[in-house]
Amino acid sequence: MKSERVICVEGLRNSFGEQVVHDGVDLEVKRGEIFGVVGGSGTGKSVLMRSIIGLQTPDAGEVEVFGEPMIGRDEEEAKHVRRRWGVLFQGGALFSTLTVAENIQVPIKEFYPGLDQDLLDEIAAYKTAMSGLPGEAGAKYPSELSGGMRKRAGIARALALDPELLFLDEPTAGLDPIGAAAFDQLILELRDALGLTVFLITHDLDTLYAICDRVAVLADKKVVAVGTIPELLALDHEWIQQYFRGPRGRAAAQRATEEVDG
Amino acid sequence: MSATTGFTVTAKDGRCVLQFSGSLTLLRVRKLSEQLEEVEADKPVVDLSGVERMDTVGAWLVHKLERDRSATIVGATEEQQLLLDHVARADMPVKVKRDYESPLLRVIGEAGEAVIATGRTLYGLLGFFGALIISVINIVRHPRRFRFNAVAQQFEHVGVRALAIIGLMSFLVGIVIAQQGAVQLRQFGAEIYTINLIGRSSIKELGVLMTAIMVAGRSGSAFAAQIGSMKLSEEVDAMRTIGVSPMEALVFPRVLATVLTMPLLGFYAAMLAMVGGGIFCWISLDIPPITFVQRIREVVPMTDLWQTLIKAPVFGLIIAMAGCFQGLQVEGNAEEVGRRTTTAVVQGIFLVIVLDAFFAVFFTEIGWL
Repeated sequence: MKSERVICVEGLRNSFGEQVVHDGVDLEVKRGEIFGVVGGSGTGKSVLMRSIIGLQTPDAGEVEVFGEPMIGRDEEEAKHVRRRWGVLFQGGALFSTLTVAENIQVPIKEFYPGLDQDLLDEIAAYKTAMSGLPGEAGAKYPSELSGGMRKRAGIARALALDPELLFLDEPTAGLDPIGAAAFDQLILELRDALGLTVFLITHDLDTLYAICDRVAVLADKKVVAVGTIPELLALDHEWIQQYFRGPRGRAAAQRATEEVDG
Repeated sequence: MSATTGFTVTAKDGRCVLQFSGSLTLLRVRKLSEQLEEVEADKPVVDLSGVERMDTVGAWLVHKLERDRSATIVGATEEQQLLLDHVARADMPVKVKRDYESPLLRVIGEAGEAVIATGRTLYGLLGFFGALIISVINIVRHPRRFRFNAVAQQFEHVGVRALAIIGLMSFLVGIVIAQQGAVQLRQFGAEIYTINLIGRSSIKELGVLMTAIMVAGRSGSAFAAQIGSMKLSEEVDAMRTIGVSPMEALVFPRVLATVLTMPLLGFYAAMLAMVGGGIFCWISLDIPPITFVQRIREVVPMTDLWQTLIKAPVFGLIIAMAGCFQGLQVEGNAEEVGRRTTTAVVQGIFLVIVLDAFFAVFFTEIGWL
């Protein structure tokens, strides 16, 4: 049960016109792990996520989520898989005509129609609080929220269905350090409590050190390495060395060890 | 795995014991919460030892039992306890609904807000016109600040690229007027007056009015959207910090291009409307083009053309100003761009028609019949 593969990507190839973004990407995410994806700008991290969740049809390759092939599935079948995951997009992607509470209720109403409105309101209320939003945010529209709060509301919506798998696209970008640390903590707690599997795209080295079990490195149109951070550090790859051994990487590593000692 | 959920109620040591089993998840929560309503025991004992799966919604239900009925929870696994603590921490007052407002008050309030907004817009437009005049003076005093390329580019967008659509539209309008006019005038045997109708209406009013509407739709909206999205991406602010005046760099070229293009387009539209009408007269009324042109020269006074050429630049100024003004008012989000673009077009066309009415009265008074 523990070693079950939640996501499996094989030989993925994506291109936009002449430009090839991925050429032979292989990837496996196991149940219950927090899986980080890093890579320079333009290496197709978001495109990889979009291919897995079915927003982008790849040129070639296989994608399996929960052991079910995702490519070429019809809408109805894909829906069953979709209710088992939650996605947080980079900008939050909240529905702008709905309040935060209504945003959270959209997936619940879609998949579990007929729930009592009072219960829906209660669910929206505790999800809002859980994602770290202040109490008055529930009734606000996305345009009345700051960028960081919008992101939190996006997380609340992604968690609406208590998914088994959570996709996060740069969740801590644009958050202040306190908010980012609280977010890391939230993900860890949810993983422990709900047995979440998390697919996380990030540039935040602190997040990588703090919560990721394994990290995949995207470079040269494929996944060049997958492993824990110490395993990656032992590799002799130029980009990986620059990424983790650079000034920011070293500082994050130091903070992470201090935390463990303290 | 047992998929059915439920709980059994037993009594033990004088306390009610709720023994849950199966999965305690969102899927089952509706039935479960209804069933729990029916249990009226106070201070029950909640036994979770039979629960196989629990998500936050299930945990929320258990938490509510604990909170509202002082239930004692037993038999939770370590993970379940973690989840319960997590949900308990998230239990704080959260406002889910907007405050209620009575519909009557809301309507009155909205009417008031609309009046204030209109006042602000008019005041803002006046201020904007002033700023525009200042930037014109600045450009005249420092001709080097005149951006020839920008003006030429706007010329192309506002004028050249609009030729096809405005031409086609005017041509068709000319045919429609001729056809409708001929049907009515035939009743009096006065078909020849169709030419008067075509000539005077298209040169004096229709050519320039239709052009103004088309330019407002094509270019006024484009100005608002372009400047609005530049405002959103902080391009306009970047300009200001570098020391470039947005009025001079963005607004002036657009306004100048529209003011200069409108008379040309209006004249062109009037000509094509007459071509359309003329072709209809030729085919349908057997009036040869020579006669048509001769009659046009007899019945259309020169003042009609002057009217069009005086009105056109003013209309252009109004349309371009409404577009640029609304674009610069954009703040916040992308939705605002759409809203402002719509407002720019509506305002532009409305002001053009209001002014056209004033012009009509004015020109009649001074004897340009």
